[in-house]
Amino acid sequence: MRAPLSWLREFAAIPESVSAEAISDAFIRVGFEVEEIITQGADLTGPLVVAKVLAIEELAGNKKPIRYVELDCGEKQSRFVICGATNFAVGDLVVAALPGAVLPGNFAISARETYGKTSNGMICSSRELGLGEDHSGIILLPANSLDVGSDAIAALEINDVIFDIAVNPDRGYALSIRGLAREIAGALNVKFVDPVDALKKLEFKKSGNGVTPILEDGASVFYLRTLSNYKADALTPLWMSRRIEKMGMRSISLAVDITNYVMLELGQPLHAFDRSKIKGNLRIGRVKKDQKFTTLDGQERNISPQDLMVMDDNGPLALAGTMGGLESEITSSTTELALEAVRFDPIAIAKNSRRHKLSTEASRRLERHVDPSLAEYASARFAQLLIDLGGATHVDTQHAGEPRFAPVVKLDPAYVSQVLGYSITPEKIREILSVIGCDVDNEFNIDPPSWRWDLTQPADFVEEVARMIGYDAIPSLLPPRPKHASLTWSQKRIRVISSALAARGLSEVQTFPFTSDAIIESMGYVNERAKTYRIANPMSEDFPVLRTHLLPGLAAVASRNIGRGAKDFAIFEVGSIFRNSKDLVTAISPDLDQKPSKAKIEEIFDSVPVQHLHLGAILVGKVEDTSWRGSSRSYEWSDAIAMAQEVLQLCNLKFTVTRSDFAPWHPGRCAELQIDGKPVAHAGELHPRVVEQFSLPSRSVAFVINLSALPQSPRVRGEGVGAMPPALQDVALIVDEKVSAASVESALRKGAGDLLESIVLFDRYDKMGDGKVSLAYSLTFRAPDRTLTGAEITQAREAAVAQAVKDCGAILRTA
Amino acid sequence: MDSKEVAGWVKDAQAAFLSAGDLDELKSARLAHMGDKAPISLASRSLGSLSPDEKASFGKVIGDAKAQIASALDSATKKLENIRDQKVLLEEVVDITLPASRMHRGGLHPISIIKNEISDFFIEQGFSVAEGPEMESGWLNFDALNIPADHPARTMQDTFFIEPLESGMVLRTQTSPVQIRTMLTQEPPIYIISPGRTFRADELDATHSPVFHQVEGLVVDRGITMAHLKGTLDNFAQHMFGADVTTRLRPSFFPFTEPSAEVDIFFNGRWIEWGGCGMVNPKVLQTCGIDTDIFTGFAFGMGLERTLMVRHGITDMHDIVEGDLRFTRQFGMGL
Repeated sequence: MRAPLSWLREFAAIPESVSAEAISDAFIRVGFEVEEIITQGADLTGPLVVAKVLAIEELAGNKKPIRYVELDCGEKQSRFVICGATNFAVGDLVVAALPGAVLPGNFAISARETYGKTSNGMICSSRELGLGEDHSGIILLPANSLDVGSDAIAALEINDVIFDIAVNPDRGYALSIRGLAREIAGALNVKFVDPVDALKKLEFKKSGNGVTPILEDGASVFYLRTLSNYKADALTPLWMSRRIEKMGMRSISLAVDITNYVMLELGQPLHAFDRSKIKGNLRIGRVKKDQKFTTLDGQERNISPQDLMVMDDNGPLALAGTMGGLESEITSSTTELALEAVRFDPIAIAKNSRRHKLSTEASRRLERHVDPSLAEYASARFAQLLIDLGGATHVDTQHAGEPRFAPVVKLDPAYVSQVLGYSITPEKIREILSVIGCDVDNEFNIDPPSWRWDLTQPADFVEEVARMIGYDAIPSLLPPRPKHASLTWSQKRIRVISSALAARGLSEVQTFPFTSDAIIESMGYVNERAKTYRIANPMSEDFPVLRTHLLPGLAAVASRNIGRGAKDFAIFEVGSIFRNSKDLVTAISPDLDQKPSKAKIEEIFDSVPVQHLHLGAILVGKVEDTSWRGSSRSYEWSDAIAMAQEVLQLCNLKFTVTRSDFAPWHPGRCAELQIDGKPVAHAGELHPRVVEQFSLPSRSVAFVINLSALPQSPRVRGEGVGAMPPALQDVALIVDEKVSAASVESALRKGAGDLLESIVLFDRYDKMGDGKVSLAYSLTFRAPDRTLTGAEITQAREAAVAQAVKDCGAILRTA
Repeated sequence: MDSKEVAGWVKDAQAAFLSAGDLDELKSARLAHMGDKAPISLASRSLGSLSPDEKASFGKVIGDAKAQIASALDSATKKLENIRDQKVLLEEVVDITLPASRMHRGGLHPISIIKNEISDFFIEQGFSVAEGPEMESGWLNFDALNIPADHPARTMQDTFFIEPLESGMVLRTQTSPVQIRTMLTQEPPIYIISPGRTFRADELDATHSPVFHQVEGLVVDRGITMAHLKGTLDNFAQHMFGADVTTRLRPSFFPFTEPSAEVDIFFNGRWIEWGGCGMVNPKVLQTCGIDTDIFTGFAFGMGLERTLMVRHGITDMHDIVEGDLRFTRQFGMGL
C-alpha cells in the first residue's frame, strides 16, 4: 500500500519539519513496515512548463516516427522541439522541459541539433520525469485544466514523498489513506481529521426510482446509489489522476477513477455498473448451476454455486468483491450508473479470489475486513464526486442489510502491564485506546471502532497499547530458569553418530525429500518401500511424491558432486522418510474453544503417519585422497558394512549379520544387520543398475540405518578386567565357500565357552579349489582369577573346533 | 693377581672404549672388558675364596676398578651416541612439509552445526529440544494455532498439501505444531525450542527454498511477560552474532501471538529482519487447555538458513541445499 505524504497531510497534521525518515521510523514503530521511501522530484529541476501543441510536422525518412512540434510555452515566441511520441494532437496540453532543466538520471536538457532541426526542449513522458513506469507516450494534461506556461512541477504535484508500506493482514483498515493517516497521526502525536466525519452530513434520499438491492448471502450491508445525467466526456481532474498515479494505478475514466480514488482514500471497494444494462434488481447471492461468465479483463471463467456473485434478473454481472463483468461495465457512452458498495463477508471474497486465482485491489481489501460503516459513506463520497466533477444527478439511494460491528470487550488495565512486563497507568491506556478510535467507559468496557474487527480480546488491546508507546519501552529480562534440561538419548546419539562419521571423512548433506514414482521403481523398491504419499501441489511434476528411502537423494548429490569434478568422497544424510503405512483418515478438527479430549488428541496424533528417521551414506571412488604415496584402494562392499557396524558399536548395541538381497544393493553383496532379530540396517555394494543410473563410479557402496528402529543403549555394567595373562591359540578351518564366516565364528564362540575372550579372523584363503575356503582364527582365552593351564587351553580350543566341525562341516587344517 | 694387574685391566678397558668407532664396536668392547668372562669379572667372582682381610683390601681395589671402567664406558657411550645422532639428523632427514593427511575431509552440514549450536545454547538456559513429524496434521499446523480455514494468514504461506486433501495433511509450514503437541501433552512450566525442517511452496532461488529449517522457542509459565521475551532474544542474538549486536522489536501480526513482533538485529551496520515473535495468543493457550488466568507465554521463531546466511555472509541459498562438498567442508565440525 502506497501513501503519498501530500495525501496523508490532508488528514494528519504532519508538520513540514518532520523528515521523511522520521515519518518512516514512526510508521515502523507502530507496526507498519515501510518497504521503500520514494522521493519524487528530488532529482528534477525546471524549467518544466505546461505547453500547448500549436502545430505538428511529421519528419519522414526515419526508422521511427519523428515529429517536429511547435509549442506555446507561454513565452513571447513559440518553441520548436523534436518528439518521438505520437499520442498527441494539435491543441493538446503537454509537459515541456526547457533548456536548463535537469531530468532524473542527471539528464540535462539543452537546445540541440537533431534530425536536421533545432530542438529547443523536450516533451516528457511519465517515466522521464520519474513519476511512473509509463513510457508509451508523453503526458497529456486535461484540456483547459492549466494555464499555458505555468510551472508543471507544481501543477503535477511532482515534489512528494511516497511511502510504500507492507500492511499486515489483520489491519485491513490501513489499506487506505484514511487508515494510514490515523496511524501516523497517532504515532507522531499530531491532529487527525477523519474524512468520514464530513461524509456523515451528506444526505441522499431514497426515491424508489433507482435499482433495488437484494441481499441473499455473503454480506452484511449492501448500498446502491443510482445516478443519471453523467457526462461521459467529463475528464478526471489533474489532482485526482496524479494521486491515483502516485498510488501505482492508472487513470482510466472519471467514473472509474472516482471508484478507485474513494477506495484508496477510505478503503471501501466500489463497483459502478452501467445502469442501462441492469435488468430488474441487483442481487448478491449464488448462481444455481455452473455457467460461464466473462470478467472485465476479458477472461471467460467457469462460475459455480460456490462463488458469490452480484446478479440482476438475467444473471451474473460481477464476481462479487473481486472483479466486475465485461457486459455491465461503464463505457464511454454511459450516462446512468448504479454504484454498489458492500460490506462483504471476508471469507466469501477470499474464496472467490482463491478459486479464480484473481487477487485484485478490491478483493485484497474485502478479504481483510472493511469498515462496515463505509458502505454508506464511501458510496456517498462517490455520489458527491460524480455530481461535482461529472455533472451527474442523484436519482435514488437504497440499501439492504445493516452494518454489524465488533462487540464490546472488557479489559482489566492491570493485565496490560502484566503481559508487557512494565507499568502503564490506566490513564495512559485510556488515552491510547481513544487515539486508535475506541470508546472506553469508566469500567474499561471498550467499544472498538467500526474499522477494527481485529480487536476482540484483551490481548489485542495490549498490543495496541504496546505499539503506540513503542516496543522499545519494553524492558529486557531473562525468564525464571527451569531446573535442568538436556538432549534426549536419541538426540545425543544422532550428534555422536554424525560427528563420528564426519571425523571419519564423511561430509553431511541435506536433500529435499521429494522423489518420483519412476525413481522409486528404478531403484527396485517394492512393497512398503514403494508406497508413499503424494503432494497435491508439488513444486515440480518431476518430484510429486515423498521419499521412502534416503539413497536416491544421496545418489543424486553424489552424481552432482562428480559432475562438478569430485572423484573420491563419502557423504551421509540424516533425515525422515515417508512410507505409506496406512491410508490417511479424514481430517480430525475438534473445536478450538477448549482442549480436545485425551482420546481426540490421541486420534489426531495417530492420524499422522509414522515417519522414521534414517541415516544413509554413499561412498564412492578411493578410500583415501590421491597422495604422493600412491593411489589407495577403492571403497568396496566391506567398507560400507564396516561403517554400518561401527555405528551400531558406537551405540553399544549387539547385532547379528545376515545376507540380504535388498534393493538398491547388489543382490550378492548386501548385508542386513539385525538387532533382536529385527532388521535395522543394510549395507554393501550398490546394484550395478543404480550405479549406472546415477553415473557413479562402478562398485560404489552405501549403507542405511533406520535410527528409529535402534533401541536405547543398555546401561553398561562395568565388569572388572583383572590382570591375568591371555593365552593365544590359532586354528585354521576348511569350510565350504557357501558357509558364512559369521556362522563359523558363532560356532567357535559357542564351543570355546566362557574362557574365550575374543576371536579374530586373521586370514582367509579362497584358492583351495573344490569350492572350499580356509579361515584362520586367532582365539584369545583368559580367566579373570588365574593363569590358565596348558590343559585348559587345549581343551577349550578343541571344543571350539569340534563345534565348528559339527555346525559348519569344518575340517581342521593341519600344518 | 695384584693391584697393578687390575690397573692394567682398567687401562685396557679405557683404551678399548676410546678406540671403539661406533656403538656396535663399543658393545663388543664392553662385553670383552665388562662381560662375564672379562678378567675383572672373574677376579670379582674369586673374591669369595680370599681371607677376610684380603677380601676387604682387594675388594676395594676391584670395586674402584669397576667404577673406573663403568665411567669410561659411560663417557664413550655418550660420545658415540652424539656422533650417531648427528649422523641420523644428516642422513635420515625428510621433508616433513609433504602432504600427510590422506583421509577425506569430512564435516557436518552447516545447518546441523547451527542447529546444534542453538540447541546447546538453549539447553544451557534450561530449555528442552522438542521435535515432531514433518508431514503433519493441518489441525496442528493451522487450526490450533488460530489460523482457521480461509483466514488470509493461510495464503501468507503457500502450503504443500498431501493427497487426499480431505485428510488435511500438510508438510508443516512451521515448527509450531511441535509447540501445540507439547502444550497438549505437558503441563506448564514449558520451556522448549523446536528446531526442524519446514516446507513452503516457494521456488528455489538465491534467498528462498521450498525446504528450509526453523527454530522456534516456547515458554509458558507463571508471570511470563514480553520483557522475558525481549531478554531471551537479546541473549540469543548476542550468542549467535556477537556481544555487540543489538535487537529491535517491531509490531507485527501472527495469528498465534498477541502482541506480535518482528525481531530485527543490527548487524554489520544495518538492521536485518531475523524472525517473528510475540506473547502466545490466549486463544492458542485455551485450545491447549492451559489456564490463561494463571499462565502466560511467549514464542519466537527464525529461519536457520537465514541466520546462517546473515552470520556467515552466504549469498546464495543454492549452496546450502545442493550438497556440494566444497561448500560443506568449509565448516568442518563448526568449531
